[in-house]
Amino acid sequence: MTAPVLVFGYGNPSRGDDAVGPEFVRRLELSQADAIARGELEVLTDFQLQVEHALDLKGRERVYFVDATVEGGAAGFAVTPVEPSKDATFTTHVLSPQALLHTYQAVVRAPPPQAFVIAIRGERFELGESMSTAATAHLEAALTAFAALR
Amino acid sequence: MTSLETSQTDKPTRRISIDQVSRVEGHGKVTLLLDDEGHVHQARLHIVEFRGFERFIQGRPYWEVPVMVQRLCGICPVSHHLAASKALDVVVGATQLTPTAEKVRRLMHYGQMLQSHALHFFHLSSPDLLFGFDSEVSKRNVVGVVAAYPELATHGVLLRKFGQEVIRLTAGKRVHGTGSIPGGVNKSLTRAERDELLAALPDVLQWAREGVDLVKALHQKNTALYESFGLFRSSLLSLVGPGGRLEFYDGVIRARDADGQVMVDGIEPKNYRQHIEEEVKSWSYMKFPYLTALGPERGWYKVGPLARVQNCDFIHTPLAEAERQAFREAHGGQMVHAPLAYHWTRLIELLHAAEVIGELLRDDDLMGDALVVSGERVGEGVGIIEAPRGTLIHHYKVDSQDLVTMCNLIVSTTHNNQAMNEAIRSVAREYLDGHEPTEGLMNHLEVAIRAFDPCLSCATHAMGRMPLYVEVRDASGAVVGSATKSSR
Repeated sequence: MTAPVLVFGYGNPSRGDDAVGPEFVRRLELSQADAIARGELEVLTDFQLQVEHALDLKGRERVYFVDATVEGGAAGFAVTPVEPSKDATFTTHVLSPQALLHTYQAVVRAPPPQAFVIAIRGERFELGESMSTAATAHLEAALTAFAALR
Repeated sequence: MTSLETSQTDKPTRRISIDQVSRVEGHGKVTLLLDDEGHVHQARLHIVEFRGFERFIQGRPYWEVPVMVQRLCGICPVSHHLAASKALDVVVGATQLTPTAEKVRRLMHYGQMLQSHALHFFHLSSPDLLFGFDSEVSKRNVVGVVAAYPELATHGVLLRKFGQEVIRLTAGKRVHGTGSIPGGVNKSLTRAERDELLAALPDVLQWAREGVDLVKALHQKNTALYESFGLFRSSLLSLVGPGGRLEFYDGVIRARDADGQVMVDGIEPKNYRQHIEEEVKSWSYMKFPYLTALGPERGWYKVGPLARVQNCDFIHTPLAEAERQAFREAHGGQMVHAPLAYHWTRLIELLHAAEVIGELLRDDDLMGDALVVSGERVGEGVGIIEAPRGTLIHHYKVDSQDLVTMCNLIVSTTHNNQAMNEAIRSVAREYLDGHEPTEGLMNHLEVAIRAFDPCLSCATHAMGRMPLYVEVRDASGAVVGSATKSSR
């Protein structure tokens, strides 16, 4: 049974604030353990989005992509809807959420699920760095907002 | 004709740079130096960023290393996971793994090989090969492939998915796997897991065979192009297994010269430093490895599928061996150096990986419970595997407190540094010399580089993701034109 809601956090846990995506997922695994156990929610993580992740979207009603960003407003995070679109990431080993939805459409030949990007602002991304205080605060705020969304 | 490594002209020249070659991972740049008539005087592939991953590892307990090194690269984490484990097997005195441990690791590795080759061919290279190097840029991507060849693109995705499942079931997780540890593995397969993979195997084999047929047909349709594009001659290097067979997980180092004569053979991984050195050049952060005995001028070589398939004496699985022989016959038994032949050999390897996965899945050792061995602890270990892109070397020293004091990594893309530079020089001579560079012509350079499937993320030891932009500069260095392909 495929859970109707998927949260997909991605980033490199060893590159400072790039860890916010995987860390968001790790925290959800704890806080939403019951929902996960009931099959209402599934969480996945990876370093980056790649073509085969299109198949992880099959059978979902809603998908949240969680990633670090260097942009963003005072809240430190933003939740924005995302639509399928062809962009230059098709030419790299890494896909954007838009490109992944487009791949889904092409491969599965059906409209993709409703999708949102939760972009959490970070400020340092060097190898070996821990998450910054600011990004940690933004992560907490994003988790609180996500809990309210559900 | 000069080597085009360093300009020999006194004429005014202008510099063209392609920053971040697209469809490769990491952060690289191509620069061309052209005179007023558009003649090429210099062509270089640079690595423009370096972050010391080795320093990141130094000071950590050795048992963390197989997990930590996966963070070096989001593209080939399993290769680093296994190469580090092999090096640290030596440190913990595990000179002979249990059959279960070795086979689980092999399964993980061949799963990685299959999924990596599938991504490269079906999604990154097939747009160029199917539509042409200077076809409409908006079509020259995987969406274009999906539109024109929907089954092909779908099979690419499904092959990726299968490879990822193999990795998940052997490494314990889809990413940041912990399956391989110094001395063995921490899990074997259950019967249900084994059966799940076996059930998918017939389709995987069929798609792999169709992939080889397609790449063969592409070569046959335009033999002249495939045999001349980016052509340069070089030695080649890889591991080979028992009897000289194609081998990805373990073996000894062999190198052949450009005519196919074996130059060195049987080099144990622990002795790699006696045979391979690295030259530093002022214009690139990426080093240039070479065989010590031949020196930097003559001792450089290529690695990866084209090297492996020609360096081995045979492939032990029947379908891939038949394809290896077909490849040799198509070239009159001569050594093949054309970069586009990487694609053909990569698909032969993909088929071989699928066959080996089948062999392993039918072996009950995969479900055994003897997982770890240890022996006399030593202070140093070297692990070498054939990663999808070529030979990968991990070398560690560990002190009495179990902390890593030295880490040296020579990644596949670094081995291919000189080879990729030679390929772009060949393309520059053939296609760009005397012509005004267009996007299509620039893509010719990228096609040559992409044939090697470089992972510049590994080569730079960084997780770089940068935009591609082309800058045209005049002789004074001023930018006179630019174009951008955004990525991230």
